[in-house]
Amino acid sequence: MLVEIKNLHIGFESRTGFAPAVKGVSMSLGTEKLGIVGESGSGKSLTARALMKLLPKQARVEADKLAFDGIDVLSASEKQMRTIRGKRAGFILQDPKYSLNPVKTIGSQVAESWRTHKGGSKRQALEAAINLLEMVKIRDPRKVAASYPHEVSGGMGQRVMIAMMLAPDPELLIADEPTSALDATVQAEILRLIEELVSERGMGLLLISHDLPLVSHFCDRVAVMYAGHVMEELKASELLSAQHPYTRGLLNCMPSLMHPKERLPVLTRDPEWLK
Amino acid sequence: MTIEIDNLRISFVGREVVKGVSFNVAKGASFGIVGESGSGKSTVLRAMAGLNNDWSGRIAFSGEDAPLFRPPAFFRKVQMVFQDPYGSLHPRQTIDRILSELPLVHGMDNIDDRIAKVLSAVALPQTARFRYPHQLSGGQRQRVAIARALIAEPEVLLLDEPTSALDVSVQAEILNLLADLRAERNLTYVMVSHNLSVITHLCTQVGVMIDGHMVEQVTAEDLRLGNVNHAHTRELRSLSVELEEPA
Repeated sequence: MLVEIKNLHIGFESRTGFAPAVKGVSMSLGTEKLGIVGESGSGKSLTARALMKLLPKQARVEADKLAFDGIDVLSASEKQMRTIRGKRAGFILQDPKYSLNPVKTIGSQVAESWRTHKGGSKRQALEAAINLLEMVKIRDPRKVAASYPHEVSGGMGQRVMIAMMLAPDPELLIADEPTSALDATVQAEILRLIEELVSERGMGLLLISHDLPLVSHFCDRVAVMYAGHVMEELKASELLSAQHPYTRGLLNCMPSLMHPKERLPVLTRDPEWLK
Repeated sequence: MTIEIDNLRISFVGREVVKGVSFNVAKGASFGIVGESGSGKSTVLRAMAGLNNDWSGRIAFSGEDAPLFRPPAFFRKVQMVFQDPYGSLHPRQTIDRILSELPLVHGMDNIDDRIAKVLSAVALPQTARFRYPHQLSGGQRQRVAIARALIAEPEVLLLDEPTSALDVSVQAEILNLLADLRAERNLTYVMVSHNLSVITHLCTQVGVMIDGHMVEQVTAEDLRLGNVNHAHTRELRSLSVELEEPA
């Protein structure tokens, strides 16, 4: 197992008391594509961040098991974590606008990430960077490598982020809402690209999204989260016929092009779900 | 209020981004504009709202040409709701202060009453009145933004991606609210979105924009049935249909 999470609890100490955010989440991931869906505040991003030990200082994390490829993340040192982050597990965030350095060329940023993990000369790194940009299907990689982040589109920026993450040949890719800042057409392209690369290289993928239909198309399994709990875990192909009232509620309240509804059903939250 | 847009052209520093867009909206109807980012759809909406004074062509409300610089009375009739409720509300003002701004500017009476009424129209508790935006959830904040538009008692609402920053569960509530308000107050809507299913849910007529042109106008029904002519419309439609079908 690449990732094993058992009974994960995350909470925040604040001025007004202790606020629990993730309350006993368990999941595991091999070389497959696992999607985590849920509304904002359901704890899906926190779960992924805890796995990389990327939570802010005031967060309290407890778990029976939190392991990446057998390494216990809870007791791992910062030094140990640095051999995992980036190198063995890549993290793709929502908005490339904020994830890329605005004052460095795209080529130099991709090259830097390659060089950090693989060493070699600057010239070698730049060539490798151009290869990587080509791999994420950028048509004119040399031109893009010489441009700055603000000169490329959102979709292109996200491809650059993916190219950077691929540099050290990671075993796991964590994508946190990788396409929610993008247009529908670009969204599909980027997800297809991620899916292709993940299958080609035999990586594990953790895809975090609030978009249920999207996840069901690009993942093998889906975990549905609500208020810090995993409501249910099911095969992605069965997501649209899910039984849990929360999952059903989320699916029902989406407007549909093909099946118009006079009025959208509203989600009624049942306190029973959290028991 | 009927809306007529004729050969609208908008340029930014010499680059034309809206290249001759024309469409009409009947009183009480709702018109949707879909397109990708950069297609010029929000730019059209901002020019209609009077937020951009540099355009050519014709924008007319109720058959009356809108001047480049709008008189104050215009903003009583036409109001806009923006995409991001986090960005469009003043963080240091209470909801009460935010909602009383427009009535004060326009010298309206009974401001207290109006605020109370508009809060209940958007189904917010009266206790929300003395809160700050950060104390409300995203959906509640979008309701405040809608309330701020409604307090002018407008006839036209311009909606720029009003639900794309929200969860689907909250989106459903806001879309229902917008549908109810339109029915109750006989409002005319122009809505911009990149999401076809959201557009067709609220709008009966849809214009598709690409690269500054409105390449096609279809009814929501024809869009559903696939009676579309332009390749871009077909592409947007097939993407939307593909996602709705089980994998």
